[in-house]
Amino acid sequence: MDRPLIQTVDLIKYFNTPGGMLHAVDGINISINKGETLGVVGESGCGKSTLGRTILRLIEPTSGQVLYDGEDICRLNDKQMMEMRKKMQIIFQDPYASLNPRLTVGELIAEPIRVNKLLTNKKEIDARIFQLMEIVGIDERFVNSYPHELDGGRRQRIGIARALALNPEFIVCDEPVSSLDVSIQAQILNLMMDLQDEMGLTYMFITHDLSVVKHISNKIAVLYLGQCVEYADSEELFKNPLHPYTRALLSAIPIPSIKKRDKKRQLIRGEITSPIEPKPGCRFMSRCDFSCEKCSGENLQLKEVSPGHLVACVQVGQ
Amino acid sequence: MDDRILSIKNLHVKYENDEMTVYAVNGIDLEVRRGETVGLVGETGAGKTTTAFAVMGLLPKKIGSISEGEIILGDIDITHATEADMRLLRGNKISMIFQDPMTSLNPLITVGDQIGEVLELHRKEMDKEEREKRVDALLELVGLPAERKTEYPHQFSGGMKQRIVIAMALACEPELLIADEPTTALDVTIQAQVLDMMTGLKAKLGTAIILITHDLGVVAETCDKVAIMYAGEIIEFGSLEDIFAGEKHHPYTVGLFGSIPSMEENVQRLKPINGLMPDPCNLPSGCKFHARCPRATEKCRTCIPEKFEEQGHIIYCHLFNENTEKEV
Repeated sequence: MDRPLIQTVDLIKYFNTPGGMLHAVDGINISINKGETLGVVGESGCGKSTLGRTILRLIEPTSGQVLYDGEDICRLNDKQMMEMRKKMQIIFQDPYASLNPRLTVGELIAEPIRVNKLLTNKKEIDARIFQLMEIVGIDERFVNSYPHELDGGRRQRIGIARALALNPEFIVCDEPVSSLDVSIQAQILNLMMDLQDEMGLTYMFITHDLSVVKHISNKIAVLYLGQCVEYADSEELFKNPLHPYTRALLSAIPIPSIKKRDKKRQLIRGEITSPIEPKPGCRFMSRCDFSCEKCSGENLQLKEVSPGHLVACVQVGQ
Repeated sequence: MDDRILSIKNLHVKYENDEMTVYAVNGIDLEVRRGETVGLVGETGAGKTTTAFAVMGLLPKKIGSISEGEIILGDIDITHATEADMRLLRGNKISMIFQDPMTSLNPLITVGDQIGEVLELHRKEMDKEEREKRVDALLELVGLPAERKTEYPHQFSGGMKQRIVIAMALACEPELLIADEPTTALDVTIQAQVLDMMTGLKAKLGTAIILITHDLGVVAETCDKVAIMYAGEIIEFGSLEDIFAGEKHHPYTVGLFGSIPSMEENVQRLKPINGLMPDPCNLPSGCKFHARCPRATEKCRTCIPEKFEEQGHIIYCHLFNENTEKEV
């Protein structure tokens, strides 16, 4: 089935700052099919998290559409949106900051159920709490513990249980494993992939860690300063990266193997430029080794260079 | 000629308060030679940073203490050095870079003055002019324009701040630099720039580095020797080749490698290490990894494994002591 569950059409989010308009998300067109995972990668400040939140309407978009199963959710009123949010959930990056320290594990997991009045009977709620705890792999004995008593991995499992409590179809995962140790990170990634298989969940997986994104995603969107610069199937992107930024990003990852130790890394110069009132043209131009006059001037559009592989670069696909 | 800069012997560090005792470091041996980069790898709570703090004499007063063992820097025993003595050494012979460059700089002092402060304290013979020249040279060394020395930390990005911190650490050309997760807070492209610069500086200045990290990729690109820590012990130690290409490994090391999603192969499922780090207040008997180890036997639960050594590659695991033919 290839119907997209989530689709954005020219999605734009600008923030008004004293220095001018900050282009956080600048015309993003993505689509995610049901049961698939879209990986969104980029450096800090490229608009990954803003994109995730705008799709859920936790931040109102400046313009553009977010289509959920063909329906534009930006037009929904508060009551309809509340109904819609049952289907769309988010897992946050920091399991230390995203849980209320004054609620116990049981209360934390019950909170979304109570707020949305999914279940009202206390017995049923309790049964559901234990069921969710089992699904995400937290031992029953922790039901009365507070978040500070648990380690990061267990806290992130609570975050997942809260997201699953409403039986969502779509989950935005905003760097869910970035603050965890590698061995715990692997446990959580396995859990998330198992849940996807069992429940047919659709994920939008936001991360800066390319090895994680390769592992979990079907498709990948590479973001740079609010714009999507490359969009392709996961395997294709890693095998055949076309945009100079994607290439630099891939070559910057330290690889845990000594075989590649002496390979010359392709370092990119400089740092990410300001997203406030960016100049027209390619935003990566100032750091790019291949830039020419054609790069400045018009705004670049994603071009399909091979089936399903889209790149926004004047040098590619000519 | 003895080129050992640092030798740690049987170091034990504990943190105590009225309620409990945390056994953070439990008998580690480590040697660092001139110009060498030693990677200290392990998860949160493995005792990496505590080891670094013990060497720097930065253990929290009254709570943290070295209960056993010795730390020898060059030819001075600094295990129980006084604060006044340590102050002369820190920033001079040994210095440290912390994980978070945003919080390790004073926001109210210009970066030039902050770098100059190190020189003012340790190079008293320098006059103001010489000092300014040295600050300019240091900034250029880490790839920043010297004109920016009159700016404040908030005017720099994260990667630049980390460069400034590195410039401060290198101001007196220390023999040993301890870098505690120096690139963890940075983006990959900036991390690549900073690591590249550190490798270049090491070659130029011959500083020995202890690099604390949890990222095996960073280790593979920068280190000469690797120590894998678990629950306050070094459970495996060897050259980069031993750890990344050797045949014999501690099961924990195998688990660490199995947890990283590979960039080269397509693996369907990761092979994580089950369970969690043991509670450092209440460490298990025998091998501290036995509860999470897929190959644990009865012996692992009761006896502490002895050192197995093969051409400098050290592993603490019963698998190798009983029958060295067995492979992990």
